[in-house]
Amino acid sequence: MARAPAHTSRRQLRLIAEGSARTADELVGSPLIELEGVGKDYVTGPEVVHALIDVELSIPRGQFVAIVGASGSGKSTLMNILGCLDRPSYGQYRLGGVDVGVRSVDDRALVRNRLIGFVFQGFNLLPRTSALENVELPLLYRGTPKRERRRLALQALDQVGLLGRASHRPNELSGGQQQRVAIARALVTRPPVLLADEPTGNLDSKTTREVMDLLEQLVADEGITLVLVTHEEDIAARAHRVISVRDGKIERDDYNTSPPSGRPSGPTALESAP
Amino acid sequence: MSAIWESVWLALCSIGRSKLRSMLTVLGVLIGTAAVVTVVALGESAREQVSAQIQSLGSNLIYIFNASGEGQSQAGERAGYRLSVRDAEAIRRQVTGLKAITVYSSTAAQVGSEFESARVDVVGADQDYVTVRGYEVVSGRDLTLLEVQGKAKVCLIGQTASTKLFGSADPVGHSVRIGRHRFSVVGRLSPKGQTPFGTDQDDRIIMPIGSWHARVSPGKAGRVDMIIASAPDSATVDGLRNQMDQVMLEQHRTPPDGKRSYRLLTQDTFRQNEEEIYGVLSVVLVSVAAISLFVGGVGVMNIMLVSVNERRREIGTRLAVGARRRDIRWQFLAEAMTLTTLGGIAGLGLAQGGIEVLEDRLGWAMQLNFAAVLTALGTSLTLGLVFGLLPAQRAARLDPIEALRHE
Repeated sequence: MARAPAHTSRRQLRLIAEGSARTADELVGSPLIELEGVGKDYVTGPEVVHALIDVELSIPRGQFVAIVGASGSGKSTLMNILGCLDRPSYGQYRLGGVDVGVRSVDDRALVRNRLIGFVFQGFNLLPRTSALENVELPLLYRGTPKRERRRLALQALDQVGLLGRASHRPNELSGGQQQRVAIARALVTRPPVLLADEPTGNLDSKTTREVMDLLEQLVADEGITLVLVTHEEDIAARAHRVISVRDGKIERDDYNTSPPSGRPSGPTALESAP
Repeated sequence: MSAIWESVWLALCSIGRSKLRSMLTVLGVLIGTAAVVTVVALGESAREQVSAQIQSLGSNLIYIFNASGEGQSQAGERAGYRLSVRDAEAIRRQVTGLKAITVYSSTAAQVGSEFESARVDVVGADQDYVTVRGYEVVSGRDLTLLEVQGKAKVCLIGQTASTKLFGSADPVGHSVRIGRHRFSVVGRLSPKGQTPFGTDQDDRIIMPIGSWHARVSPGKAGRVDMIIASAPDSATVDGLRNQMDQVMLEQHRTPPDGKRSYRLLTQDTFRQNEEEIYGVLSVVLVSVAAISLFVGGVGVMNIMLVSVNERRREIGTRLAVGARRRDIRWQFLAEAMTLTTLGGIAGLGLAQGGIEVLEDRLGWAMQLNFAAVLTALGTSLTLGLVFGLLPAQRAARLDPIEALRHE
């Protein structure tokens, strides 16, 4: 069942840890995300809750996938497992060929740091800390030297169009700006995967469009794989592929054949952003 | 190394974000550190002070006192076993190797000069008193053997008594009056300061013991309060002490109850007693200070636990972007240690202030020495480490999903 033998995984993880430039290329070949028979059970008192049951999922590099489903459907659990925040009770989760489901706590921290960028509904920026320092945070845990950290963080802020707000604190930024800082934080490590959990849930429709344009542009220009949880249909409609989760199972897996029209392309939207 | 400074810097930033709370948190550590440092400085200074006072009594001294207490001295007194000038004479004749030996009796009396009148200690002694006690005659001359034998109406005067009676004038050549007797001042003594027992050794006039018995304190002819001998060096003190004991036993037949009517003490005995007292005192004071440090540490732990709880979302975010457990643990540990060290530094400042006040009140020279500073910083750092461990551990053990869910 395991396509990648354990020693290969370990070697790859080491390559990832070393931040080798080859790593990203090596990850391109196989499907980036592969779930095989993944399930998650929670024991709450006498009951066992089957939050996720036998999920099979394969996401190639560069795909924009929307995950939809009612609350309690298991989509949060799926996202937590995809984000290596949680480990499956059974089954295998390979990220870039590395079996990450069985790794230790610190290994999973490493995977989150190297391969995954998170964008949360509530932004989760550190309060009373400048945008720049927030963006630097993942690099801090990578041991990047200060000067290099600053350079990469400024570059990421530039990419989301917030170079001029580098020294602003989260409470001095609008919701849309805060989410763009969070996206810059997710981008700064150049991860192959971006996991966004209701990224526009706290935003109005105008800023929602700006943030979505930015995310789509990253998929298009950077080849980033975007997995996005949403309950808004028009957002799901922008994805290449929509996965519906219900009762812990993947109920539907649809490909959007034609991207919705009537929206400006990424770069234009970014340039017109405030 | 740079990683450590980076952690410290981040900790300082975090502390800076809640200044008031941080200040209140470290108050316990601050006071505890200040208490420890002040107490150590005070103890050291007191020890030096007492040591200097004991030194001021003279050097390598052997004392003979009248035994007192337990009713036995009254029995002895009735039987006539009291120290007398004759005992001193016997020792002077029979014990060889003593540097000097003298007698001492004292009483407070109203003493007048042509300017002033004041209450001063009046000491009866002999020509060797100044030598034994290590005074120096800074003006005029010492008492002579002839004056002592002849019970002459002369005296020496100490610094304090001189100032009281004569102001800044040189008293030598003037006279003092006690009751209806006049004594001419033949010499002025160098100042010595306080004894370990708190009496001013300079607030006195010294006259021949015969004269003292005849004119100042009549009715106790020949009796003295103590005999003081000085050995040439510390090695001979014990031997000479035993010889003196032998002579005294012969002089004073053993009383019916078998107890000696006198006590022999050496200067070392004082020193040991004082050391013991200060040893106990330091242990007590340092214990109190240690308890306050402990309480301060518990305060830091308490606030750190609250802080970990409040910052669950921050911890979750850090874990999500790739912080390992040890990163989180170290972050909170660094924060606790930075906090307590800041408290320690502030405590040193407070101690410096306290020491200045104490110096002023006690008139002792005290100072914050390097060891005290090192102790304070070491203690506060350790305090942060010990009491920061539990909160840091708790932070590191947080489940990222739970932590991120926290509002």
